[in-house]
Amino acid sequence: MYTQGLDAKTEQSAQPSPRLVTEQDAALQGRFQERVDAEEKIEPRDWMPEGYRRTLVRQISQHAHSEIVGMLPEGNWVTRAPTLRRKVALLAKVQDEGGHGLYLYSAAETLGVSRDELVGQLLSGKAKYSSIFNYPTPTWADIGAIGWLVDGAAIMNQVPLCRCSYGPYARAMVRICREESFHQRQGYELMLALAQGTADQKRMAQDALNRWWWPSLMMFGPSDDQSAHSAQNMAWKIKRFSNDELRQRFVDATVPQAEFLGLTIPDPELRFNAETGRYEFGAIDWTEFNEILKGNGPCNRERIEARRKAWDDGAWVREAAVAHAAKRKQRALKKAG
Amino acid sequence: MDRKDWPLFEIFIRPKNGLSHKHVGSLHAADARMALDNARDVYTRRGEGVSIWAVPASSIAASDPSEKASLFDPADDKVYRHPTFYDIPADVKNI
Repeated sequence: MYTQGLDAKTEQSAQPSPRLVTEQDAALQGRFQERVDAEEKIEPRDWMPEGYRRTLVRQISQHAHSEIVGMLPEGNWVTRAPTLRRKVALLAKVQDEGGHGLYLYSAAETLGVSRDELVGQLLSGKAKYSSIFNYPTPTWADIGAIGWLVDGAAIMNQVPLCRCSYGPYARAMVRICREESFHQRQGYELMLALAQGTADQKRMAQDALNRWWWPSLMMFGPSDDQSAHSAQNMAWKIKRFSNDELRQRFVDATVPQAEFLGLTIPDPELRFNAETGRYEFGAIDWTEFNEILKGNGPCNRERIEARRKAWDDGAWVREAAVAHAAKRKQRALKKAG
Repeated sequence: MDRKDWPLFEIFIRPKNGLSHKHVGSLHAADARMALDNARDVYTRRGEGVSIWAVPASSIAASDPSEKASLFDPADDKVYRHPTFYDIPADVKNI
């Protein structure tokens, strides 16, 4: 579902200083940058700067974790979907998110990191995932708001990643973006049904918009002047547009959609600037964002506990699968012998 | 036990008969049969294929990108391997 600029400037960064050890290194770096500048894709076994590799491992694995944790807030409503039509749609969407996580783990593994290492980082709480999934989903309208706003923001952010310089990541993003558009449409359709429904249903839709609007804007990550690696990631063509530019595009696309629903964006300072053709909006409360990144959001603990429980409860399945595979191999050998 | 006992499989999908299998990604599975089952769920949720190959990643031999020049450059100066190298008068048809 989503990747996010999670690295604020204050954070201890994994990015190495660009210290070149030898002339050969400098030559390799130069050739690498030339290839990137020429829009050539970098593939797994190609030479790449260590910082590029580490940045990608961090970003792709955070993205994968976000997909996996993102299944939880929505999974909460699968058994209580109001109709069978809504239920199959939600099930398919949650299954897609799981699939997206797997495409992305697979892309991360091409950079020489193991799946178990990545899962271990999520379960230990060391790895980060998108802040948005630490909010609760108390009402059915939240499912609509997530599809419309959270997946909408995700698409805005992910479409440029289809052109990322790293081949396996770009290819995974192409698949993901293709699937994501159904997610956003089902969310908007759900919101539309509520917005055109009874007064209570409309109130529920407005309440969900009120709670998800600002967290959705925060999904684009810190403001450009606070963003740690923007310039380098742009030069490496991992990132194509700045956080603020993508956020602005999302606002411009989404405000008219809210108007169509007859709902009000919870921002008194929101206004259309006829000169620029863009919407101006109020200041974002980054304290809330930072608290969530520190682990103090409404659902941080619950989400990690759910993942740990799933991992622990699945231990016997993983063991049984290995035992079964061994037995099958034995049988095949006996038959052949 | 952790999952290190689940080897990595590379997954190839044939989109439809008449086309070759194409690499789509990888996954972990206890054995090849489980790899096929999982590949179906992970890589063909929307009719993307009619056939799946699951190949243990450890069985794939790959050329080294640093040898790209010595492997592939020699083909660049062999223009006589291409039909345009040969001069045929325009009046001669169907050749």
